[in-house]
Amino acid sequence: MPPTESDEVGPGGVGGRPSSESTDTEPESPTPKDSGDDAVPKGEGVSTEKGDAAAAPLPRGEAPGIRFEKVIKRFGHNVVLRELDFTVGPGERVTLIGPSGSGKTTILRLLMTLEKLDEGLIWIGDETLWHMERGGKRVPANQKHLHEMRKQVGMVFQQFNLFPNMNVLRNLTEGPVRVLGLSRDEAVERAKGLLDLVGLGDKIDSHPSQLSGGQQQRVAIARALAMQPRVLLLDEVTSALDPELVVGVQDLLRDIARQSDLTLLCVTHEMTFAKDISDRVLMFDGGQIVEEGPPDQIFGEPSEQRTRDFLQAVLAS
Amino acid sequence: MDWDWQYSGDILPDLLDGLRYTVIATLAGYVIALVLGLVWTLLRRTPSRVFNQAIRWITEFIRSTPLIPQLYFVFFVLPAWGITIGSLTAGIITLGIHYSTYTAEVYRAGIADVPKGQWEACTALNLPRSRVWLDVILPQAIRRVIPTLGNYLIAMFKDSPMLLAINVAELLFSAYQVGSKSLQFLEPITMVGLLFVVVSVISSILVRRLERRYATN
Ligand SMILES: Nc1ncnc2c1ncn2[C@@H]1O[C@H](COP(=O)(O)OP(=O)(O)OP(=O)(O)O)[C@@H](O)[C@H]1O
Ligand SMILES: [Mg+2]
Repeated sequence: MPPTESDEVGPGGVGGRPSSESTDTEPESPTPKDSGDDAVPKGEGVSTEKGDAAAAPLPRGEAPGIRFEKVIKRFGHNVVLRELDFTVGPGERVTLIGPSGSGKTTILRLLMTLEKLDEGLIWIGDETLWHMERGGKRVPANQKHLHEMRKQVGMVFQQFNLFPNMNVLRNLTEGPVRVLGLSRDEAVERAKGLLDLVGLGDKIDSHPSQLSGGQQQRVAIARALAMQPRVLLLDEVTSALDPELVVGVQDLLRDIARQSDLTLLCVTHEMTFAKDISDRVLMFDGGQIVEEGPPDQIFGEPSEQRTRDFLQAVLAS
Repeated sequence: MDWDWQYSGDILPDLLDGLRYTVIATLAGYVIALVLGLVWTLLRRTPSRVFNQAIRWITEFIRSTPLIPQLYFVFFVLPAWGITIGSLTAGIITLGIHYSTYTAEVYRAGIADVPKGQWEACTALNLPRSRVWLDVILPQAIRRVIPTLGNYLIAMFKDSPMLLAINVAELLFSAYQVGSKSLQFLEPITMVGLLFVVVSVISSILVRRLERRYATN
């Protein structure tokens, strides 16, 4: 049962996307008619038409929900997630908190297919990420299925992970051109729009090594958004930054959360930021949800001792 | 035994001619080593375990046998199976293949050095496999190993006299020939040494320069 029966088409509209699904070679000449991969001209939600790339860089409309169903993840004998169940609604913003080693990163990495799922199901919209239908049966996903599903998901890393061999512009156009099949011009236009959004319009020709950590992380955020994901994963994106740069990046993310309809999963230890950005907070410990609720409740009057202890420890640091 | 300047001048053109072959063989062999080494490295990363192990043992075998038997094999044994090639070509190919097993290790290390986060960013961007390699991994890996690869050029240059085993008219071979005609070996052999030093020093300077240029990002 998918978490979302919501509006319009199957969430994310996977499968309805032509162009460049095969895992190889360049997309055949990016067709101008290309309504292809993103910017699907679909009903309301989609805030712009035509030259939208620059105008409205933030994805709007039809974000899929997410659901973990009895998810098990092990590393060797270490069972990190034990039959984990939880649901994130379409467009919902959820913050994951919990002590070190509680499995927060693992959850995001499973969603980004950076870790393999051991057991259980992960739904994105009304499709399973790690499984696909074959002759009425559910079988492990192949590369093509993963490739299609991943189009909906974007991730920003703690360590930015920009490509150091490319300048900022190329970092932002690589994906849209190679994966989404945008023409170079379209991709450049989109990149410029996003760089303006993150306040780095003047750094378009810089190399990542010439940027501060905060600037690099902004570029990384822009790079993720350039793929127009419906789900955005943020894993402690400010914890590698110098203290004075944290606020800027947080403000940016707050704006993005406000202006977009992304489904957002965010891991952070910054309580104020978590309060601002999220609809709901999930407190994890030992790969299980200990407690969940609106940020005010979790941070204000947590009912579980483990949550209190954790919050105490975070405040102390 | 006195140094004969007159004689030295006379044989210089012959030696330079030999040097020309040495340089040709080294450079051509180097190109083969660079390309083939990368091919080995990539082949070792295919999904098939059996295939990977096969490639591993083949390269291991080539790397751990000396160059001269390999030269003999290509030049004297292959013709028995109907494959005949000239001595210079045989020398270039053998030198190239031999050193490709070294450059393969260099590439492998360079690829292993690319941070895991780069691969993960590629997955997060959903880049197709070909693009991951061509646009992200190889440019970073190769950049890192350029200095090491440069050192192999010098190593190959110094190994190139072994080609005389299959009668390639390279520098040492020329020296040997002029020497045995006049039975005066001091000058030609000394000059071979000097010429090698000159070329090596020049190449080293170039490699150092590459090193400085690519040392850091
Ligand atoms: N690649 C891996 N190999 C082995 N064990 C791993 C691996 N990745 C994570 N783990 C283990 O899984 C558990 C959960 O790790 P995870 O990174 O998800 O925790 P986290 O909640 O993100 O912690 P933190 O707050 O420190 O980032 C830990 O016990 C960790 O040691
Ligand atoms: Mg973590």
